[in-house]
Amino acid sequence: MLHLTKGRVGCLLSRRVVLALTNRGARMSSHDHHEVSDKVDMSQPMYWDRLDTPLPDRPWKDVLDSTDKSLKQKEKGPWTALSKEEKIALYRLKFNHTYPEMKRPSHEWKTVIGGMFIVFGITGLVVLWQCHYVYPPQPHTFGEEWQAKQVQRMLDMQINPIEGFSAQWDYKNKQWK
Amino acid sequence: MTHASVFRGSHKCTTMRSNSRPCGQTTPLASRCYSHAKVETDEEFDARWVTYFSKPDIDAWELKKGMNTLIGYDLVPEPKILDSALRACRRLNDLASAIRILEAVKDKSGPHKDIYPYLIQELQPTLIELGISTPEDLGMDKL
Repeated sequence: MLHLTKGRVGCLLSRRVVLALTNRGARMSSHDHHEVSDKVDMSQPMYWDRLDTPLPDRPWKDVLDSTDKSLKQKEKGPWTALSKEEKIALYRLKFNHTYPEMKRPSHEWKTVIGGMFIVFGITGLVVLWQCHYVYPPQPHTFGEEWQAKQVQRMLDMQINPIEGFSAQWDYKNKQWK
Repeated sequence: MTHASVFRGSHKCTTMRSNSRPCGQTTPLASRCYSHAKVETDEEFDARWVTYFSKPDIDAWELKKGMNTLIGYDLVPEPKILDSALRACRRLNDLASAIRILEAVKDKSGPHKDIYPYLIQELQPTLIELGISTPEDLGMDKL
């Protein structure tokens, strides 16, 4: 038997959509679904709502009650005799979503952006903790006094006097240019 | 009025209505030889599909296969092909698929909003004759 676990079909967020897609119209359980988890029998014709494949292998509603059956009978006659509601009903028997319904925007982006920010936040907390608990004390050469002495030493040595460090120091007036 | 082959994808022909030449470029200096296979013209393509859907005893599978393949192409089908397909739906007593086909070609037009009204205008006699309502008539073009 060819089985496709619903978990593998579609991503985490669209599991409900997949469930709806593979649900046999009237929730009639077909032969061998005795497993607890829902599995799609891949050896049977499937229904799908796809923009690029308009006509799926089977109709949405397989199991027709008597009203549906009589409507299907009427469909065999001239379609001019059908009312708008009947035409819509016939469409809904065969198809689940219309094209605009297939193309409706989802709210998934909010979940994605929200999730991203949550992850950034957690990462931020981890970084803060790490700065406090993991990093060793700063070397003494980072201190204010040492840095000042270092700068003075560099100027005394005339580091990069043409275009670099010492070039920015006005030696006459003893200040930065 | 615009020919639907105008909306063919760029990979199909070098220009929209060019005759097939042995070599693709116009200047002999930069000439490249593509395959010498015969390129099907737009009319041949259309005629082939009209014939496909015109089969009197077409079955549901063939209709599905034909439509799904046709929608898979990088083009919007000509009205005459759609007319043939809608009549096939009538022979199969399948109104829902007829409406679905109209939805599908509207979607195929993509950003070109003027194609679908043109198609409906061309198909109007057939739609009235067969009694097919457009999705707009049934209010199914809105969410």
